[in-house]
This record gives sequence, structure tokens and C-alpha cells, in this order.
Amino acid sequence: MASDQIRNKGVNVTDHDLTFRSLSEVLQNNITPYIALLEAKDCPGIKNLMQKLMGQLMNCYIDVDSSEDEDYVQVSHNRIRCSMTSLINWYEHVTKKPDSETPSKKRTSSSRHWQSPPVVVVFKDMESFSTKVLQDFIVISSQHIHELPLVLIFGIATSPMIIHSLLPHFVSSLLCIELFQSLSCKDHLSTIIDKLLLRASFPFKLGEKVLQVLINIFLYHDFSVQNFIKGFQLCIVEHFCSQPVSVLCCQLVDAKKRADSLSHDQCENIRKLPSFRRYVESQVSEKQIALLTVDTYLKEITQKLLEDLHVYHENYLSVLRCLHVFTSFLPKYPLGKQIRELYCACLENQVWETEEYESSLQLARMLNKSDLVTMLQQCVEIFVSSSGKEFDNTVEKLKEFLTQFQKLEEEAFQEQDVSVSSQKELQKKTDLYHLQKTLLELKESRRSKKLTKFEMLRFEVVDYIDSLVRNYLVPANHKTLHEIMYFNTASVLREHLNAAPRIALHTALNNPYRYLKAFSTVVMGAEGPNADAASSDQVDDIIHARFIRAVSELELLGFIKPSKQKTDHVARLTWGGC
Amino acid sequence: MSRPGGQGRDALEVKFVPDEEVLKHIAEYTGMKVQKNKTQLVGSVKRFVKKLENISDDEAQEILEEKNYVAALGLCTQDPMGNGSSVSGGEVYSFQTPKRSSKMAELASELAQTPGQSVAPDHSKCPDKTAKAPQNNKHTSSDKVLQRNKKKEIVSTTPYRLRKRLTAPDPYLESESEYSASCSEEDEEDQKEVSTVLSGQETPAKTKAASTPPPRNTLAKKNKNKMGNLVEEYFEAHSSSKVLTSDRTLQKLRKRRLNQQTLHDLLKKAPLAYAAEIKELNQQHERLFSKWMLQLHLGFNIVLYGLGSKRDLLEKFRTSVLQESVHLVVNGYFPSITLRSILNSITEDVLNHIGTFRSPPDQLEFIIKKFKEDSSLELYVLIHNLDSQMLRGERSQQILAQLSSLPSIYLIASIDHINAPLLWDQAKLSLYNWLWYETTTFSPYVEETSYENSLLVQQSGSLALSSLTHVLRSLTLNARGIFRLLAQYQLKNKDNPSYAGLSFQDFYQQCREAFLVNSDLTLRAQLTEFRDHKLIRTKRGADGVEYLLIPVDDSTLADFLEKEDEDI
Repeated sequence: MASDQIRNKGVNVTDHDLTFRSLSEVLQNNITPYIALLEAKDCPGIKNLMQKLMGQLMNCYIDVDSSEDEDYVQVSHNRIRCSMTSLINWYEHVTKKPDSETPSKKRTSSSRHWQSPPVVVVFKDMESFSTKVLQDFIVISSQHIHELPLVLIFGIATSPMIIHSLLPHFVSSLLCIELFQSLSCKDHLSTIIDKLLLRASFPFKLGEKVLQVLINIFLYHDFSVQNFIKGFQLCIVEHFCSQPVSVLCCQLVDAKKRADSLSHDQCENIRKLPSFRRYVESQVSEKQIALLTVDTYLKEITQKLLEDLHVYHENYLSVLRCLHVFTSFLPKYPLGKQIRELYCACLENQVWETEEYESSLQLARMLNKSDLVTMLQQCVEIFVSSSGKEFDNTVEKLKEFLTQFQKLEEEAFQEQDVSVSSQKELQKKTDLYHLQKTLLELKESRRSKKLTKFEMLRFEVVDYIDSLVRNYLVPANHKTLHEIMYFNTASVLREHLNAAPRIALHTALNNPYRYLKAFSTVVMGAEGPNADAASSDQVDDIIHARFIRAVSELELLGFIKPSKQKTDHVARLTWGGC
Repeated sequence: MSRPGGQGRDALEVKFVPDEEVLKHIAEYTGMKVQKNKTQLVGSVKRFVKKLENISDDEAQEILEEKNYVAALGLCTQDPMGNGSSVSGGEVYSFQTPKRSSKMAELASELAQTPGQSVAPDHSKCPDKTAKAPQNNKHTSSDKVLQRNKKKEIVSTTPYRLRKRLTAPDPYLESESEYSASCSEEDEEDQKEVSTVLSGQETPAKTKAASTPPPRNTLAKKNKNKMGNLVEEYFEAHSSSKVLTSDRTLQKLRKRRLNQQTLHDLLKKAPLAYAAEIKELNQQHERLFSKWMLQLHLGFNIVLYGLGSKRDLLEKFRTSVLQESVHLVVNGYFPSITLRSILNSITEDVLNHIGTFRSPPDQLEFIIKKFKEDSSLELYVLIHNLDSQMLRGERSQQILAQLSSLPSIYLIASIDHINAPLLWDQAKLSLYNWLWYETTTFSPYVEETSYENSLLVQQSGSLALSSLTHVLRSLTLNARGIFRLLAQYQLKNKDNPSYAGLSFQDFYQQCREAFLVNSDLTLRAQLTEFRDHKLIRTKRGADGVEYLLIPVDDSTLADFLEKEDEDI
């Protein structure tokens, strides 16, 4: 059976190699040793395709086997003609072999695989293959499907419909299609942010601007997770290169040890940190002097501050996730749907002062009960699983809310009874004045009851969450010694990752002097009183030479090119050319 | 002409700068017609109206920038000489053909008079904007007058106008800007029309009128007229309007063309301006060396961009940091560099492998395998001008990218071409794993341009000549004779513009007659050798016959034959 599968992917190109490589590795380890990866650019015709396919299959055969068989395979590789029959012969040969010879090594490998493992052929970019090649290959291989179990994997960037538009019905009917959707690159990014940035165990953090730059490059330029990682790596390099106090950017235990053994210069570096200065200024005067002069005291305080920072991070991330549970439920997502957006907002400044936060709180006050309960349950889970130590009270409080909600439900039943009974009472009364009075009372009680029971509780919950946010989500740059952990120079990143050579050229050329150098006449004018020499016939040799150089430089830079229409004429290529 | 703007109206002041210019022109070219004055006026009125109504922020912004720029250049209207206006940013920045031969010199003298002020630091920081501003400035009214004056020297304005169209969303505004800016020939009629509109308004041809904005209804009326023209103008703008260029050629300079050597000598003599500043800049770049090394080792590759030759910088990097390690320098600007030669030098010199490869991909595979096997192998590759003609091809870039993605090959390259980043698509970029560094050095491209067949030196052809003689000297006497035959034939036909080359059969016949070859096979073998050395080019004509051609210009060829004769 030719069972054929399709993987569906997005626009992203650069990460696909990686995806396919890991896919084939997984397949190789778990299912079959016979895997061939084909790319459209290698296979302009069916013959090239077969060659490539067989080459890869034979090679992988060598890899699986040890070197003892290499001679034989080498010979056969030269000898074979690339045809389906030789492929089948080869396949029969390799699948039979383990039974007859069974060296110890082979047994282990074959035990992992099926008895007759399928041959997997991966077409990396199905859209770029010529239809004829694909058709031929599918038709031919379907003839031999009994001897050669074949699985084709197509990588498709557009929609799965493409397979029907590329292949005519009689070909596609030979396939047994199954569709797999690979994760979108955004999901990968979320995973990376979740695993790398939102972990307290990992001391290095990105500042708000830097993170924003990286995410923007991802979203607006390439969708490439690899590039995101590259940017992240660059951040780490830059941080440890440029920030002297980054010695302390490590696990808390090590950081304490290192803080203990700081040299005087390093202490001075710490004293120079703006956040530390702020901290010093907030202290009483004796302490200030001690902090600025006594190294040992400084080290002590530094250790304490580092610990604070660590605890802050642990709490921060749990509360952030908790807040995200709430905001991701709200309509229109005022604080963003993804946790990275929320994270950016919280890093940037005090989130509770923003309008978005205000509006999301308002929206949260209108949530219905079932949503609220599920959210609270999620929050409880987050806090329970978090490593922060201060959250015992919080968990209890949240649980209390939950029980109150439960009680509310029960009370609601009773309330119904009460209302029913009161209505019964109502029917008894006949006096108009009394009727009016009881109705008013009823109305009053109803309104106040609703407020007191559910809405009050809801307010309480929201207020509690708000207080948590205000307590724990203080932006990092308000914290003392945040410079140790946070990398904040976004400009470096932009410069090196997202460079603009055009702008550099423009800037350089915009220096008028430089530009003036380019034309001999101008040079003449600038150089002296004989400004009219340009129009005279005797142009100075040096100036002529400089002019020539300027022209050839411009040509090298791609500003001009010789136009064929006329002698000695050049065409302008940039800045509004012809 | 008076200047009505005064202190209160800054916008007006800028507007009327050209008037000074006009005055000057009237003084210079007495034969000017009155109409010029009118058109001039129209321009200023338009501008003024635009200002008042504040129609387009863009426009206003641009005007403001222009003003800043002029101010920064220290050439405001208050300039007693009254000459500053002629140097608007556009003329300094954009590549315009000079309108008059003396114009440039005039400009230069003006600039020379105000040297200290001409640096505009804030502009250098926003090059995008400044790059835009000159476009706007390009056709100030002074220009217009000039062009009216000398019809034959009109620059093409099509792209400019197209851009205008795109930026101005309002059709009314569009037609407006169209008018204040248009200057090409075909607009003459329109200009007249506009001036009649103005005269219909009974505006005297005096500047006073400019201070009273024309009533809106006239503008609206005009607008209606224009709307009809819009369609026509669209096609006009898109049709290939005839571009008029000047007939002044270098021959007229009465200046012999310099050859490479004298050029080089001359340039050596010319003092390098701002040497101290440039040196300081370079020292700044040199401080980055250790960082580069670190980043190279961390798996990034480094690309340098920015104006100025980065060859010396890379050389310095090589000599100061890479002395101890294996490295390969690729001079990308060298015209005969090929991918194969790069790969060969890796396999032969670095890996000590003797043997040939079927194709570059095979060779690459071999290199990858070798480097993966032996983790102690490390190689630094320095490429000057990764974007050069020879390495520009998609395939060579692909292979270089794959090479650079090896963890133990460290690539540091420089690019110069303004469009160089377009070479790489996402896939290649991720293979290259670039870190960009701006290293603007301002140093002249001495080496890089010396190989280029520059527009102005190419006729000297000394390089081509020397390579010709070099190659031929290594060949047999018969081969030289064969080449001579071809060269002579080509020279004989040099005046024939439809000369496609010598057909193979004829050539064979001639060679046989001269007893140079005895069979068509030997001739073919000879020709293959020539072709390998790029001495000849073969072209298949429409009739399927093979034509042979020496791709060297005639003067070089004549020189060559002369020299050969001397030798014999």
C-alpha cells in the first residue's frame, strides 16, 4: 500500500530544513532506516529523482550497516542503473540480509524497526516539483507497491487542495492521503518564550525594548524561529560582553558566591549602576556612607538584593501567568492574546497605570460565574505549581473564593424558594397599600441581594487579582540591580540584525564635503580662487584623476552604470533614476 | 522685484529665494522673455496657497525641511550676495546633469565662500528624509527658468512625477503639485494656460500679487480643467518620453584619456582629505576586532557595510588577529575570481587534497565532510566584496552560504553595492547567519576599482593588453599566428557595425592557407584553449554558423598587433 501523507506548513522557509531533518531523524530512529529527502531543485527530471533517491537510500544503508559491507555497496553503486527494478532488488537484498547474516550490531538496529520497514521518501517542497516528475514517479512506484512498501511525505506550504490541482485524478487516486498539520511558527515562538524567558530558573532576561525588537523582526520580517534564537544568542553575547556586572548573572547560589568574592573594581561597577544609586539615595545617611565606602557591606547588601531579585522573578512570573489567564479570556483582548504581549506591557511600565489594564479590569468585572470559577481554578493550579514561597496565603484566598462561589450556588436555590414563598405571601395580601409596600421591599431586597451575593464576590475577586498585580508585577527597571539580569540595549540588536546598508551609504554620502569631493568642478571651486578653471580647457590632471576615481567608485557602489545609448553617458540607478 | 515676505512669513521667504535667482538671470540673459517672470510667479503663488491652506502635511513638511536645509547650509535669503538660493539641496545631492558648464563652478565658488556652515548634522542623521527632500527641491522654480532658457538640456522628470502622484492623495493637490513642480518640455502649454488663468484674474505681473491668495473658485475651475488632463498626463508620464541629454562628450575636453598607471600615480599625489578624521574612524573600527573574533567563534558570520574601502580594515584584522591561524583571503573584486578557484584553494591548500571534482557541489560536499570529520580544522575566510560581479550569482552565493554555515569556517566579508542585501533570500541569510557591522571608512576604493573597466579609463586597455600578451606568449607559434589572423580580420572590419565575427569555416580556410593548421580538429583544439583564457568569444549566428570574436576593443587590438610585429 502506498500510504501517502501530507504535512501542511506555513510561509516560513528557513526553519523547514530543521523541521524536516528532525522529522527524518525521528523516523529513522523509530520506524525505518530507509529515508530519502528530496528537494525540487535537485530533481528536474524523473531520472535525476531516481538517482538522488537511490543515492540517498544506498548511503543510508551504509550508515546502518558497518563498514564491512561497504566494498560491496560501493561496487553496486557504480554498477546499478537507476531503475525501479534495481531499487526493488536492492530492497529485497537489504531486507533479507538481517535474517541470513545477523551480526550483533544489525540485530539491535532491526529490532527497533519493523520486519519489512517501509521506504520513506520526503518531498520537501511539493509545489516546486514539476508535475510531470511527480506523476511519473507516483505511477511507476504504484506498479511496484507489492515489492516495495513506499511512504511518500509531501511538504506543502499552501493548502492541501494543491495536491489535487497538481496531480490529475488518476494519479491522486493512487495515493492514500492523510493530512498532518505542523505547528505554526507562532506556536514555536510561544513555546520558546515560555520555556526561556518566563522561567525563573534562567537568570538572563530580555528588556522590554529588546524583546519587542526581536518579536517585531519575527512578525514583520521572517517568521523564523531560528532567527529569533539567533537574536537571543546575540543578546546573551552582548550582555556578557558589554555589561561588567553581568558576572553576577547566574544561578542564585553561584551569584552569591561570586558576590562574596568581588574585587574592588567590580564593587565600584556595582556602585555605578543607576538602580543601585537610587537604592542608596533611599537609605539613611550612615548606611549610604557604608554602602559607598565599605566593600564588605556592599557585598552583603548585594547578596540580599540578588535574593530579592530572585524571589521577585519567581513571584512575577506566577502572577503574570495568572493575569494572563484573566486577560486572555476577555473580549477584544485589551492586554493582548498572547502572554508575550502581556509580558511586554508589564516590562515596559507599571501595567496598572495603563488604560488597557483599566479596561480589562472593567471587563473582568462583567465576567459570568462559570468563567470566573474556571479561571480561579487555573490560577490556583499556577500558584500551587509555582516555586514561589509566598503564595500559600494566595492559594488559600483563591480557594476561599471558590468555596464562596459554590455556596452562592446553593444559596441561589434557597433564594428561589424564598422568592417563591414571598410570592405566595403576596397573593394573600389584598390591601393595596400593603401590596405596594411589599412589592417595593421585594424589589429592594432583590437588587441588594444580587449585589451582595454574586457581584460583590466578583468585585472582591477582581480587586484581589488587582492587588496581586500591583504587588508583584512591578516593572523590572524599578528593581535594584536589575541591570545584572536584563539586557536593554535594543539599538545594538537592531544594528546588527536588521542593518540598513542603504541608509549607511546615504548617511555617509550626505556629508556634503564628501559629496563635493566627487566632482572636479566643485573641487576646483572649493580649493581656490581659480574657480573658473573648470570651464577652461586645461583641467588639472589630478582633478581629472580624482573625477575618474569618483566615477568608478560610484559605479562600484551601484549608483550609476554606463548607458549603452550614447558615448560617455551614464545612467543613474538610485535616488530617482531613469 | 521686492520681497514682500518680511519677517512674519517664513514660508514666503523661502519661496522668494528663487526670485533673486531670476533677477540674476535677467541680468545675465538679457534676451529673456517676459513669460519667464510669469511662470516664476505662478510657482510662487502655488506654493503660497498650499502653505496657507495647509493642505498636505507632507508637502509642508518637505518645504520645512528644505528650508532647514537651506538654513543649515548658511545660505538663507538674508545672504547679501543673494546667491544662496541656487544651491538647494536637490542640486547638491541628486545626480543632475549640469545645466550650464559654468553652473557647477559657480556653485562651487559659492560654497567655497561659505565653507564652515555647510555641514548639516541633523540631516545626516535622517538620511531618508534628506534623500527625499532633494527630490522635492529638484525642480524649484529657478530650475524651471533655467530650463526654459535652455530647452535642450532637460532632465527626465518622469519618475519624479510618478512619485508625486503616489504621495499626493488629493487630486486637487495632485494637480497643484504637478504644476508647481513640472518642468519638462511638454508642460509648456500647461504653463501658458496657468499663466492665462492668472492674467484672467487680472493679477499684475508683480510680486505683490503673491501675497494675496487667489480666490478659491478660480482654483476650483482650474481643477476641473486639470481633471480632464489627469488621464492624459498619466499616460504621458508612463510613456517613454524622450530623454534629452547633453552632447558634451569627454572627447571634447581635449584631454587624453589616462591609463591605469598614470591614474594611479596621479591619485597617489592627490592628498587624502580629512586624513586625521578618517584615521580616527578606522581606529574606532579596529577596536571591534576582538569582539568580531568572539562572535565568529560563537557561530555568527560578520558582514561589513558602509561607504569606503573596507579592504584595509580587513587586512588589518587579518594581520593583527589571524596571524596564527589558517585563513583564506578572497579578493572578490578581482575580475577573474571564480567560485571554483575559492573552493580549489580550500581543498588544495587547506585540506591538502589533490584531485579534481566534478562540480562545485561535489567539492563542497567533500569540504563539509572533511571539516566534520576533523573538528580541529579551523578556517577563517575573508572575502573582500562578497557582492562583486563574479560572486554575485545565485549558485555561488548558495555555495558560499553553505560553506559559511559550517561551524568551523568563520566568514568575514564586506559588501559595497547599494543593493547588495538583495542578493540573499531568507534561506541564504539563515545559512550565512550574518551579524551586520557598519564600518564606514571613507577611504577610496583604490584596489577595488582598479580592476573595473571604468568608464573613463577603459580605452587605455593596458590591463587587457598585458593579459593578452602574457597568455599568447605561453602559446605555440602556430597558435599565435591563428590569433593574429583573427585579430587582423577583426581590425579590418572595425568600421563595419554589423560585423558579427569571423565564421568558423572561413577562419579554417584562412588558417589552412597560412599553413597554420592541417585539420579542422586542430583548429578547434586551439580555439578551445583561447576560449578557456577568455581570448575569444564564440557566438552562434541566426544561420547556425559559429562566429568568432575577440572581446577586446579595437585600439587595444591594434596596439597588440603592433607589439607583436615588433617582437617578430
